[in-house]
Amino acid sequence: MPPIRVRGMTEPVVKVRDLMKYFPLRRGLKEIITMKPKRFVRAVDGISFDMYIGEVFCLVGESGCGKTTTGRLITRLLEPTGGHIYYKPTREVASQIPEKCFVEDGYVDLAQKLPKHADKLLRREIQIVFQDPFGSLDPRMKVYDILKEPLIVHKIGGSEEERREIIYRALSEVKLVPPEQFMNRYPHMLSGGQRQRVAFARAMILKPTVVVADEPVSMLDVSIRAEILQLMLDLQANRDLAYLFITHDLAVASYLCTKIAVMYLGKIVEMGPTDEVINNPQHPYTKALIAAVPEPDPKNRFKIREVPIKGEVPSAAAIPPGCRFHPRCPYAMDRCSKEEPPTLEVKPGHYVSCWLHVRK
Amino acid sequence: MALLEVKELKTYYYTLRGVVKAVDNVSFSLERGEVLGIAGESGCGKSTLAWALLGLVPPPGRIAGGRIVLDGIELTKLSEHDLRKKVRWKKVSMIFQGAMNALTPVFTIEDQLAEPLMIHKGMHKNEAREKIAQMLKAVGLDETIMKRYPHELSGGQKQRVIIAMALLLNPDLVIADEPTTALDVIVQAQIMNLFKQIKKKYNIGMIFITHDLSLIAEIADKVAIMYAGKIVEIGSSDQVFGNPRHPYTQGLLRSIPRIRSKEKITWIPGVPPDLVRPPPGCRFFPRCKYVKEQCRKEEPKLKEVEPGHFVACHLYG
Repeated sequence: MPPIRVRGMTEPVVKVRDLMKYFPLRRGLKEIITMKPKRFVRAVDGISFDMYIGEVFCLVGESGCGKTTTGRLITRLLEPTGGHIYYKPTREVASQIPEKCFVEDGYVDLAQKLPKHADKLLRREIQIVFQDPFGSLDPRMKVYDILKEPLIVHKIGGSEEERREIIYRALSEVKLVPPEQFMNRYPHMLSGGQRQRVAFARAMILKPTVVVADEPVSMLDVSIRAEILQLMLDLQANRDLAYLFITHDLAVASYLCTKIAVMYLGKIVEMGPTDEVINNPQHPYTKALIAAVPEPDPKNRFKIREVPIKGEVPSAAAIPPGCRFHPRCPYAMDRCSKEEPPTLEVKPGHYVSCWLHVRK
Repeated sequence: MALLEVKELKTYYYTLRGVVKAVDNVSFSLERGEVLGIAGESGCGKSTLAWALLGLVPPPGRIAGGRIVLDGIELTKLSEHDLRKKVRWKKVSMIFQGAMNALTPVFTIEDQLAEPLMIHKGMHKNEAREKIAQMLKAVGLDETIMKRYPHELSGGQKQRVIIAMALLLNPDLVIADEPTTALDVIVQAQIMNLFKQIKKKYNIGMIFITHDLSLIAEIADKVAIMYAGKIVEIGSSDQVFGNPRHPYTQGLLRSIPRIRSKEKITWIPGVPPDLVRPPPGCRFFPRCKYVKEQCRKEEPKLKEVEPGHFVACHLYG
């Protein structure tokens, strides 16, 4: 028997360690002939974090910072270049996985090659909801078939009736009621909010432990965003679930999430409990991000907003040496352009990578 | 006299499914030096309204009624030729949605910016160059950018070029349709700062269209809330944000998460109506929690609830 341990709230369900993903750049003929070294886009460049059941862990950052790539690595839609994704499977799944897959303490390293059937079981446990509900549902499939597909793939429910029952329950859970009314519709017959509900039903139908939500509300109208955010919380309240929430919107992050990690050019620059990061930001980049968030207060129109940093994010193919934020940082010192800053714990659970916080 | 006067403007799309009443009986006015923010969900007709002001409604749409008077000229009566020669870009310019793609990839910034000056003002290229350099400086760009192609610029820089282009001929009115949607938060804040500076420096009217009420609060003096082709509430931004009266406005404001507040956000149930067959009476009644019998039958008119603050709702009056 493999070592089965009951998964507690005190242990992380996912431990990401030094995760990396480099995308090779196409080389021109001249570069190939002159044997120039291969160049890479370092989309995710060594990040580490823990996720717990019952938590909403948030990755925030500007476009191109690697947050979506991280989500795709964890759902294993992409193969990592390096690093580890330790995942602790449920008891049911753990008992079906050969012992050699476990690394330690009941964790499986998803970044390693796994036997086929174990791989499939583990994929069931980590699901994803995409940003665009108009593009992520097949326009030629009815809602019923969209929800049935994962059941067929993972051989859940023996008979058609049983599957119908499961689909019914999934639809009522995302509050598409009565389910009979929605089952036979095609995606184009649904509103954006309803489509995103179908996308959540599809992710939840396999009873996953981890759900990656990649900007699930950014394509929706403001008036219905709250509806989907509330749905996410309701779904989590009834089950053992950890969310990885990916967004560029700090206001949404601070509303929904329990922990925030701020990413910049493939690195996590600051990470901690939401209140800590929002009210007591330590990294100059986090401070700038928070200062830039517009608020619905008409008094703002009389004042110019202080945005302490200049310029825009450089390309991930040419990452600056040293601290990758130093060309835009108002506090940049000599050291910043030479050495990469270490990650320090400034308060329990609050981590920052910045030379400003290193005592001389 | 107001700079811009829009009276009972109707812009319809004549599709095979029926007539889509994208803008239906919209009236407002705008003074010089004022910024009007127009907010609403996707499909409420806010972009169509902007196109109508320029006489650029794409077919099968057209202006079906009403008047647009800009600085004493009635735009709705002008021919296409006059509109092009006398109004577009000279008097009204526009910053389009997705401005990232509004520049031609095959011309340098200088060539693109020189075009309106040479055609409208008959300037020689060398004169134009001087004017362009000034304008680029005004929007916070370096002169050296003139020789570059759009693909060499970042998103924020391209957006600044577009803004420079809209201001080149000193128009009376600038319309900005979702000017920051494709930009990152920090760049967005920088561009909003630029808009604030422009508002201070040039005495022009500006219409700022977005779905994001927070951005409207950043810049607008006057706010109009659109729903299903109609303005449901209009007033000064202090009135609309501080004392929202229409249930839709109230719902919208309660649905925005704020970074420093843990207050619960709510949503407006339901979806906006199909504009081919809008519901009778008030168009918002199927989603409204204060709905009464009257709302299903009678369409509410805009009523003044306090000086300068108009609401179209049966709750008042």
